[in-house]
Amino acid sequence: MKTPALLESFSDRSRVFDFVNRPAAGAKPDVRHGTILYVEDITVSFDGFKALDALTLYVDAGELRCIIGPNGAGKTTMMDVITGKTRPDAGRAWFGQNIDLLSLDEPGVAQAGIGRKFQKPTVFERHTVHENLELAMAGARGVWPVLLARLSGEQAAHIDETLELVGLAERRHDAAGSLSHGQKQWLEIGMLLMQEPELLLIDEPVAGMTPQEVERTADLLTRLAGKRSVVVVEHDMEFVRSIARTVTVLHEGRVLAEGPMDTIQNDPRVVEVYLGE
Amino acid sequence: MRHSNHGPVLTRMLGDTGSLIFVVVLIALTVAVPLCNVYLPEASALHVTDYTVALIGKYLTYALLAVAIDLIWGYCGILSLGHTAFFGLGGYAMGMYLMRQIGDRGVYGNPVLPDFMVFLDWEHLPWYWHGMDIFPFAMAMVVLVPGLLALVFGGLAFRSRVTGVYFAIITQAMTYALMLAFFRNEMGFGGNNGLTDFKDILGYELSADGTRNALFVASGVGLLLGFLIARFIVTSRLGRVLEAIRDAESRTRFTGYRVAYYKLWIFTVSAMLAGVAGALYVPQVGIINPSEFSPIASIEAVVWVAVGGRGTLYGAALGAGAVNFAKTWLTGAYPEIWPYALGILFVAVTLFLPKGIVGLVSQLRRRMRRKEPS
Repeated sequence: MKTPALLESFSDRSRVFDFVNRPAAGAKPDVRHGTILYVEDITVSFDGFKALDALTLYVDAGELRCIIGPNGAGKTTMMDVITGKTRPDAGRAWFGQNIDLLSLDEPGVAQAGIGRKFQKPTVFERHTVHENLELAMAGARGVWPVLLARLSGEQAAHIDETLELVGLAERRHDAAGSLSHGQKQWLEIGMLLMQEPELLLIDEPVAGMTPQEVERTADLLTRLAGKRSVVVVEHDMEFVRSIARTVTVLHEGRVLAEGPMDTIQNDPRVVEVYLGE
Repeated sequence: MRHSNHGPVLTRMLGDTGSLIFVVVLIALTVAVPLCNVYLPEASALHVTDYTVALIGKYLTYALLAVAIDLIWGYCGILSLGHTAFFGLGGYAMGMYLMRQIGDRGVYGNPVLPDFMVFLDWEHLPWYWHGMDIFPFAMAMVVLVPGLLALVFGGLAFRSRVTGVYFAIITQAMTYALMLAFFRNEMGFGGNNGLTDFKDILGYELSADGTRNALFVASGVGLLLGFLIARFIVTSRLGRVLEAIRDAESRTRFTGYRVAYYKLWIFTVSAMLAGVAGALYVPQVGIINPSEFSPIASIEAVVWVAVGGRGTLYGAALGAGAVNFAKTWLTGAYPEIWPYALGILFVAVTLFLPKGIVGLVSQLRRRMRRKEPS
């Protein structure tokens, strides 16, 4: 921007500066209109390739939404945009009506109340199961408060509850790295719960799990919905069928179809995308 | 398996055997060495010579530097190859105080200007030398100057998410730049001769026995306090966040922690500890010059930590003592071998003792325990 243009932009009375828009720390998403996540016209391109092409998507408060799509459909990129990892070229992303997600960095998004679970289980391997949950616990994130933080009785009880919920109470003092693949996935879900997010983004939660583990995970996720909104990205159709009420199909960075599972499975466009793969 | 410890602060800090043994041995050493120096006759087998007191005192300050490095490297994965820059700055702050203490007893007899300034025909004391004759002010500078440099340098680096080997390289550049700057006479720090010919500290003659022993005790106490501060940090929840950053930086960010702030904070604390170590070092060796800033010196300090055992704090202190003892002995007996020995040591430790001496000890203990029941 040239200097005169820059100066002009300051005197532009209709302009809203970033710092005015920034939500106060600890602000909760405003969901009075029933929608917790607004993704509108988001475009992301990598070297000319459009990973997301004017993607528009809404998630209702309390909803459990599944997002499916072939490889390269833009599922992970969408999560990256929402959680502040990737900046889109164009579009808007709002958390409730009041929090502009595109103005926040990763810790900011997490503090606003969006938790993310990665495809590969990422827990703190050298910390104990208990410590993993303690670190994830909602609350102080500043350096000094964390230095002086002590676990209150209430907080300890909360951690115990979560340990029970994810079935890891007996492993609490073991290093997270020693857990099985499935247990790590649950621990990560437990960590998300400790963050007390309003919205959970979960990337392929059952990849590499045994059928029993899949069942248990489905149970965990269905229990979460209602209180919180959950968005699950998954390949496993059987699993999606067992948990989802609404399914969104992504293809080439756009929404191809959206609706209940039965309608989706009989949609000729969806069939073509999946069979063509 | 490790346990979260949420008990009282002292049990939390000294709960593990290694730290407890270290603290006990350190206190014993700090008390015993001066006593054996002053009260035992020279003929006694337990008598500690003046030379040895100064030598061990120097090792103690190196150990504090090693603890500072381990705090960021062992616990937060930040490899600084420029940490002697902070050590050196702390040392120079102390050196400036000691220079001003000389007063008119210098060769040129100028009551205000140090000799090297008279020699350069300077007429006034540079602005940054003012106040350095006041002990509390100089001691504040010992902590604040390294801290400020770390804050600015780390702020720029961590904000831009410079990590790993790139960070290590720019810290080398930082200490190298400081070395070149301090070599220049115009900087007003005595050029390549540095600051030396110190006479006394707080009015006590530096070459006196009592002063030497007092400085030794100060170094022991300094190391003890530095160690306890570091232990307090690493056993707090903050310590667990630092380890989380070390092991899975991106995950830590998505958990809501501003990684750059944490790194900056611990880097600054570590630089301040290194500054204190430098300030304790200078009056005991009697000189500070730009070679303290040399890149190789910083690498050596990292080797101490690796040899002792990363991520235990006491291991770092132990490594500093062990390597420097070997250095003193080797440079006396076979001076030409030392650089090779240091190189071989680092390679050998990396290959065979990834957890250093401390790791070896715990491995041996585990093996002994396994043999016992049979």
